[in-house]
Amino acid sequence: MNIKTIIFTIVISVFSSLNILAEEHMNHGDKDIKTEIKETIAHHLMDSHDFVLTHDISFSLPIILYTDGNLDIFSSSNFHHGTTPHTVNGRTYSLDHGHIIEASGLHPIDFSITKNVTFIMIVFLIMLIMFTRMAKSYKKNALPNGMGRLLEPIVLYIRDDIAIPNIGEKHYKKYMSYLLTVFFFIWIINLFGLTPLGVNVTNNIAVTFSLALITYVLTTVTANKSYWGHIFWMPGVPIPMKFILAPIELLGTIIKPFSLMIRLYANITAGHVVLMSILGMIFIFKGWVGSSLSFGLAFALSLLELLVAALQAYIFTMLSALYFGAAVEEHHHE
Amino acid sequence: MDKLINDFSVGLFFWQSLLFIALILLLKKFAWGPILTAVEEREDGIKDALEAAEKAKAEMQALNADNERILAEARIERDALLKEAREIKDGIVNDAKELANTEADKILTTAKDQINNEKMKAMTELKNTVATLSIDIAEKVLRSELADKKKQEDLVANALKETELN
Amino acid sequence: MEIPAIVGGGLVVIGAGIGIGRIGGSALEAMARQPELTGKIQTVMLIAAALIEGIGFAALFAL
Repeated sequence: MNIKTIIFTIVISVFSSLNILAEEHMNHGDKDIKTEIKETIAHHLMDSHDFVLTHDISFSLPIILYTDGNLDIFSSSNFHHGTTPHTVNGRTYSLDHGHIIEASGLHPIDFSITKNVTFIMIVFLIMLIMFTRMAKSYKKNALPNGMGRLLEPIVLYIRDDIAIPNIGEKHYKKYMSYLLTVFFFIWIINLFGLTPLGVNVTNNIAVTFSLALITYVLTTVTANKSYWGHIFWMPGVPIPMKFILAPIELLGTIIKPFSLMIRLYANITAGHVVLMSILGMIFIFKGWVGSSLSFGLAFALSLLELLVAALQAYIFTMLSALYFGAAVEEHHHE
Repeated sequence: MDKLINDFSVGLFFWQSLLFIALILLLKKFAWGPILTAVEEREDGIKDALEAAEKAKAEMQALNADNERILAEARIERDALLKEAREIKDGIVNDAKELANTEADKILTTAKDQINNEKMKAMTELKNTVATLSIDIAEKVLRSELADKKKQEDLVANALKETELN
Repeated sequence: MEIPAIVGGGLVVIGAGIGIGRIGGSALEAMARQPELTGKIQTVMLIAAALIEGIGFAALFAL
C-alpha cells in the first residue's frame, strides 16, 4: 500500500465522519449545537445494538439477554432504533441510550452480539485466515509470499526486539503466541476504529480489561519463586522494610495490568473524542476559514491516530513482555 | 471512574475474552507454531550453511597449506635427489677418469718398457751385426791387403816404423 | 474556596506533559550523543513515556 492510498483512505474516513455529524445535525436541528455535538460524540463512543452505515443502510444485530436464569434471544430490529419496547417470553425490554432495561425492574445481563462484538468477530476471522494462510505458505517455500512478506518482519520484530530482550532467550517461547496475537489484534482493531465504519472496540473498558486480565493471569500463573519472593519478602532490605514493601509490591502487580487497561482505553478514546470534536467545530464556525482549519487539523490528527494505533499495540505488547520477563527472571543473590 | 464502571459491559467482556482466548489457541496451533518453526528452521538452515561454508573454507585452506607443504617437501627431495645424482655422476666420472689414467699409465709404462726392451734388443742386435760386419770387413780388408807378400811385408814394415817412432 | 476537580486534572496533564517532554528531550540528546544506541534508547523512552501517560490517565479518570 503506498502513501497515496493511505492518504485517500484517511480523507474518505474524515469525510464519512463528517457525514455522520452532518446527518445527526439535520435530524435534530432544534437542539443547541454544542450539546448536540457532545451527544453525537458520546453516541459514537458507545456500543450499539445495530450497525448503522448510513441512514438508509443499517443492519440489525442479535440481542442475547440473560435475565433471571432465562436466555432471551431476538433481533434488535424489534426495538426500531430504540423507539418501541419488545416483549419476549413475558418480559418486556426497551432500549434506553444503548442500555437494555426490563420493564419490571429485573436486571438483564446483556450478552448481545453488538457492533463491537461483530467487529471482534471480524478481526478474529481476518487474523485466523491471514495467519493460517501465511503459515501454509511456509510449507511450500522457506520464504514467505503475499501477505507474509509484510507480516514476517513484524512477527520477527516482536520476537527479536520485544520478546527476547524483555523475557530472555530461555523463556520467551511460551509467551510468543500471546504477544503476537495481542499485538496484531490491537493493531488491526485500532485501524478499524479509524475507518469510516464508526467502530471503536478498544475504547470500551471491557475489551481492554479483558486484554489486561489475560496479561495479569499469564504473569501470575507463570511467575517463578523468585518473583513471589521479591513481592512478599524483598531480599536485601532490612526486616521492617520488608513488611512495608510487601503490600506496595502486591498492589504493584495489580496496578501494572490496570495501567495497561487504562492506557489503551484512554488513548483510543481521547483520539476519537478529539477527532470528533475538531470535526464538530465545522458546525460551530459555519464558515470557510473555520471549516478548512478544522478539516486540516482533523486530517493531521488522523495521521497521528494512525501512528497511535500501532504505537498502543506496540506498547501493550512491550509492557506485557516486560511483566512476563519480571515474572520469569532468575535472580542471583549471593 | 464511576463512568468507567457504569460503562463496563459484561457481554462485551465475555465475548472479547472468549474470542480472544480462542484466537490465541487457534493461532498458536495453526499459525504461530508453524510460522515460528519455519522461520527458526530457515534461520538454522542459513546458520548451518554459513558454518558449513566457513568449515569448507578452513578445510580448503588446510588443504592448500598441505599442498604447499607437500610441494616444498617434494622440492627439497628433488633437490636432494639431484644433488645425490650429481655426486654419483661425479664419482663415477672421477672413478672412470682415475681408472682410465691408471690404465693409460700402465699401458704407457708397459709400452715404454717394451720399447726399451725392443730398443735394447735392437741395439744389441745392431751391435752384434756391426761387430760381425766389422769383423767381416776387417777380415775382407785383411784378406785383400794380405793377399800378396809384398803388401804383408810393407805392413809389417810400417807397423814397425810407427812403433819405433812412438 | 473550593478548587474544581478539573483544575487538578489540568495540573496532572501539565505534569505529564513536562515529564514526557523531558523524556523525549533527554532521549534525543542521548541519541545525538550515541547514535548507535538509538534503538535501545527509543524502546526505553517509549516505556517511560507510556508509564507517565498511564499515571496521567489514571489521575484524569479519577476525576
